Amino acid sequence: MSSSILSLMIWLPIFAGITLLLMGDNDKRPKNTIRYISLGASLATFFLGIWLYLEFDNTTASMQFIEKIVWIESLGIQYYLGVDGISVPLILLTVFITPLIVMSSWDVIKLKPAQYFAAFLILEGLMIGVFSALDAILFYVFWEAMLVPMFLIIGIWGGQRRIYATLKFFLYTFLGSVLMLVSFIYLYGQTADFDLQHFMATPLSLFEQQLIFIAFLLAFAVKVPMWPVHTWLPDAHVEAPTGGSVILAAIMLKMGGYGFIRLSMPIAPDASEYFAFMMIVLSLIAVTYIGFVALMQIDMKKLIAYSSIAHMGFVTLGFFIVWSYGETTQGALGVTGAMVQMISHGLISGAMFLCVGVLYDRMHSREILAYGGVANTMPVFAAFMVLFSMANAGLPGTSGFVGEFMVILASFKANFWFAFLAATTLILGAAYTLWMVKRVLYGEVANDNVAKLTDLNSREFYVLSVLAVSVLLVGVWPAPLIDLMTATIDQLMLQISETKIIGIEA
Amino acid sequence: MGMQTMLSASAEIFLAIMICIVLVVDLFVNDKDRKVTFWLSFGTLIVTVALVMNNTPETREFIFDGSYVNDPLAGLLKIASISMVGVGFIYSRHYLIKNNLMKGEFFLLSLFGLLGILIMISANSLLIMYLGLETLSLSLYALVAFDRNSSIAAESAMKYFILGAIASGSLLYGISWIYGVTGSLEFNEIALAIVEDSSLNSLPLWFGMAFVVVGIAFKFGAVPFHMWLPDVYQGAKTPVTLFIATAPKLAAFALIYRVLVDGLGGVHDAWQGTILIISLLSLILGNVVAIAQTNIKRMLGYSAIGHVGFIFAGIFTGTQIGYAAALFYSLTYVIMAAGAFGVLIALSDAGDADQLNDLKGLSQRNPWLAVIMLFVMLGMAGIPPWVGFFAKLDVINAVIGSGFTGFAVLMVLSSVIGAFYYLRVIWYMYFEQAPKSEAIIMNKDLGTMISINGLLILALGLFPGALMQLCIIVIN
Repeated sequence: MSSSILSLMIWLPIFAGITLLLMGDNDKRPKNTIRYISLGASLATFFLGIWLYLEFDNTTASMQFIEKIVWIESLGIQYYLGVDGISVPLILLTVFITPLIVMSSWDVIKLKPAQYFAAFLILEGLMIGVFSALDAILFYVFWEAMLVPMFLIIGIWGGQRRIYATLKFFLYTFLGSVLMLVSFIYLYGQTADFDLQHFMATPLSLFEQQLIFIAFLLAFAVKVPMWPVHTWLPDAHVEAPTGGSVILAAIMLKMGGYGFIRLSMPIAPDASEYFAFMMIVLSLIAVTYIGFVALMQIDMKKLIAYSSIAHMGFVTLGFFIVWSYGETTQGALGVTGAMVQMISHGLISGAMFLCVGVLYDRMHSREILAYGGVANTMPVFAAFMVLFSMANAGLPGTSGFVGEFMVILASFKANFWFAFLAATTLILGAAYTLWMVKRVLYGEVANDNVAKLTDLNSREFYVLSVLAVSVLLVGVWPAPLIDLMTATIDQLMLQISETKIIGIEA
Repeated sequence: MGMQTMLSASAEIFLAIMICIVLVVDLFVNDKDRKVTFWLSFGTLIVTVALVMNNTPETREFIFDGSYVNDPLAGLLKIASISMVGVGFIYSRHYLIKNNLMKGEFFLLSLFGLLGILIMISANSLLIMYLGLETLSLSLYALVAFDRNSSIAAESAMKYFILGAIASGSLLYGISWIYGVTGSLEFNEIALAIVEDSSLNSLPLWFGMAFVVVGIAFKFGAVPFHMWLPDVYQGAKTPVTLFIATAPKLAAFALIYRVLVDGLGGVHDAWQGTILIISLLSLILGNVVAIAQTNIKRMLGYSAIGHVGFIFAGIFTGTQIGYAAALFYSLTYVIMAAGAFGVLIALSDAGDADQLNDLKGLSQRNPWLAVIMLFVMLGMAGIPPWVGFFAKLDVINAVIGSGFTGFAVLMVLSSVIGAFYYLRVIWYMYFEQAPKSEAIIMNKDLGTMISINGLLILALGLFPGALMQLCIIVIN
């Protein structure tokens, strides 16, 4: 049974979603049926995730829970799933966030709720698929199919400029990923199947690796997003409904980071080394420049979107700092930090978007200036928002601190100036987040609308407290999370320290 | 002429006889009882497809003194073409009744066209090929003008006829050169002649070949011989467009495969460059110009040009993998095209629904129809897991396998451009409010057929392996 747990986790939410679509929005049926089905399906997937965690053996770096069936024989494509210490934390994040999204959208979504929840459930299954696919085409199928529900989520339930935003989102990410497909097919020509592990093992010349790296870079940099291909993100975030923003920030951005560590680095290690400096520079630009951009935002969602870009800059920094040491194997710290940062950012940015969603549901405005003195009318909410903001700024004791600290430490060992620039984010992050908090939460009650605000209802309270507990838990006691990936990351460091060029030239 | 020969061509013979019978029967039924013609035609299709299934040999066999060929490839293409015509009939019936077009001519001309298609698919001689092509083309010209009160239909039929006649002339002229050089009209003998005497691979043969390629490109609607296609797609009644967009594409595949691969495969180097350029131009022009269209039928016309670029890309590789990929692409493309025009037919209550605006808010007016159109559009755009993705993957794989990685990059980039206008259809269906709120009610047979069609696009995408394997087997 536990051997097909990954398939179960992928297909259970997808089939639940399809069931919802087939049931449709029927006015005669009580609305709660739809909600309970989605909550049930997402919780069931969550418990499957817990089971996966319990069964997972973190002492080995090899793939576990492997499922391998021939899918398309003539092209050597397999339905090949498996997880290791890199994918498990991200899968856990996915199954953790989805039920929260379902709960947070409970009675907020009035338009076609069945389709809305269905889209999220299908999306969940596809995302788990991305994190567990070990066949390149299977990976690509999940990767691209994911765009469709997201396209509809933003386009149907989004804000004013939703059509522009969703088309930009789709075309940007589609453009990024098609070249990845070409690389996959090229690699298939070298190995005769689409097995990612064979891709990692096959020797390639530096030039081939460089082209492959660039093709992958386009796909993943758009997803992360890295400066300068980040411009779709603020639009998409601002126009998406709350649930859409949460899933975008919490999980879909992680796809990019996952792509780098799962594909780019092991398949093209020499090219990664070649381009490492460029990647570090791009990451630092994201961290500092985008930090300043965030400072200037007047729209809360946009501010958090830019803050996401800056925080994801840490992830890419942590990955590519590896090549700044004499011995690549020393880079485990940076990579671990980046992984922790991904999980932590998933929790924090999700929570931040939920907080904005709470305000938006009441006042239908995302503008910072529309608020002021919210803490007077919503004290409980204010407490939560302050906590998440502190975490976003990287306060010790919260999850935000752990990842950033590890990455900064790793960069310090490599180069003082890298660390210096990276550390500015602690200042900038504190500046833009806390300044927003100050303007929104504190001061006099700004207007009548704010005066009429009601505090969190119990549903919102539970959602935010679950997130708050997890943010603190990862912040205070990150060891279980880190243990989960240590073996895999050590193995990865060994793998990428060996050049793949040898053998071609001989 | 032996019994075996008759059996091998039994589908064509039966179809020809039945056309005569339908023609006579149709004279004696009035408009109210026109369904007699419909059922007779539909029954003809069912028997024809059964005959094809029963008489498709395991290996290639030549009949009628080598001018006719029957092989698994022919079987597959024939079954697909006949099914497409049948699907078209089901889609069209209520539309024709509603628009007062339920005439015998539609069915007769379609069956005649189908006869031409079957002959083309099994032709093993340039002249038989030409015969089939003309049977098909003349039926199509008449079909386009079939609504005689519509001036736009008459105009596009005229364009189609004049340009088509020029293309046929070009093809015939090229055929005469090839015959002159190789001394034979039969594809296998042409191939043999080229192998035996390599000095034939020179200018006179290339000259003839160029004219033949022009004719082929015209029939496909590939750039730069595509001018007729958008006008015809737009001008013809939607059921006619559906017909033109599906089965004749399979015939065109047979045409290019029999002539260039079976016949002139030995001089692959000589035609590769031409097909490559046509493919590239079609990909770019089709996808870019489609963006500017507000008429969906016209947009689908340009999109068809883009898809032809993919089919040609599979052909120019000159490998078995490439041919199989092009075949897979053609088969899946016609399924998607049938779905697209089927949805448009379902949308047309009085008059044609062919503007993007007619799709506004379709997800409210008929959610299931919108889902099917969503499948079709995502399939055509090449988004997994819909089948269009695997068709593209198959072709790109063949292209990269032949060493044209740069070309593959251009192919995927053109798909990204193409994605925009397919997404725009989804945008109109899902993100816009419907101007009219009344629901769209489909007739049961149309609804069932279109559901099967839409689900097939998804199902073939989830399990493309069997059909891909079949394409490889029939090409080998």
